[in-house]
Amino acid sequence: MIGRLLTAALVSGVLAGVLISVVHHFTTTPIILHAEHYEGSGGDEHAVLMWSDEVAGGQFYLAHGDEDHGDEAWGPEDGLERTLFTSLANIITGVAFAALLMAGFHMRGEPMDGRKGVAWGVAGFTVFALAPAMGLPPELPGTMAGSVESRQLWWAFAAISTGAGLWFLLLTRHIAMHAAGVLLIALPHIVGAPQAVLGGPVPPELAAHFAAASLGTGLVFWALLGWIGGKSYQRFVERPAET
Amino acid sequence: MSDQVLKASIAAQHLAQRALPVCVLAILGVFLLYGVGFAQPDVVHNAAHDGRHSFAFPCH
Repeated sequence: MIGRLLTAALVSGVLAGVLISVVHHFTTTPIILHAEHYEGSGGDEHAVLMWSDEVAGGQFYLAHGDEDHGDEAWGPEDGLERTLFTSLANIITGVAFAALLMAGFHMRGEPMDGRKGVAWGVAGFTVFALAPAMGLPPELPGTMAGSVESRQLWWAFAAISTGAGLWFLLLTRHIAMHAAGVLLIALPHIVGAPQAVLGGPVPPELAAHFAAASLGTGLVFWALLGWIGGKSYQRFVERPAET
Repeated sequence: MSDQVLKASIAAQHLAQRALPVCVLAILGVFLLYGVGFAQPDVVHNAAHDGRHSFAFPCH
């Protein structure tokens, strides 16, 4: 059973990752490259630590710091190499989300197909893109933001809480569970995400365009992954049980 | 066996029987997600950079 589930996750994740790489290449990536012009405008010294608030105990960083401009760390060359590494990262992301989706399908234990998969995909989009983005809008290089550890922690909190909340709300029947679901979905936003000070070098028009493009392509990715994932689960996990 | 009977057989498995594969898949997913979206070593970050931004993972 584990082998069949892994096959379904691998097939759907790789396919969705390849397809979204093509979409990203023409949508989000050009905006990222555009933003890097502004990010680099401060020269080599643009600070990693931009601002420190002793009272709030917060520190704010210019997203990106100096790693792309430093001498020590390797990074892919712009052009084909960068595109290939971005695609590879997208494929691994696809397989990671596909594994979580298959875990969800299997935990639920219901017969799947492509159309039901799309509904799960929309839930995945809500859990892993929309809910985290409401507190931490998709960032361009050069965007002002709180420390990366605190943002990653809140991102994970938002995803887990929203995922559990949606499960309670949509897949259980008791009214108390529904109430708990609503509370879990609201909780990360009541707690609040780490906030940034304003005034980074990237123009707001570009950042707004990127936020919309990132969420739009996120929905495309999750709809694709849901459909292919539902089909794959049907094909690799349900049907072999016949033999 | 008909398709319906077989599909029902997955649902009929006790949650306990399904728990192991579900946990394996979930752990694998979280492990891969951490590596591609969250791990901070510069080389990993730079390789996955544009993908992290496009998927709106907290970057940097």
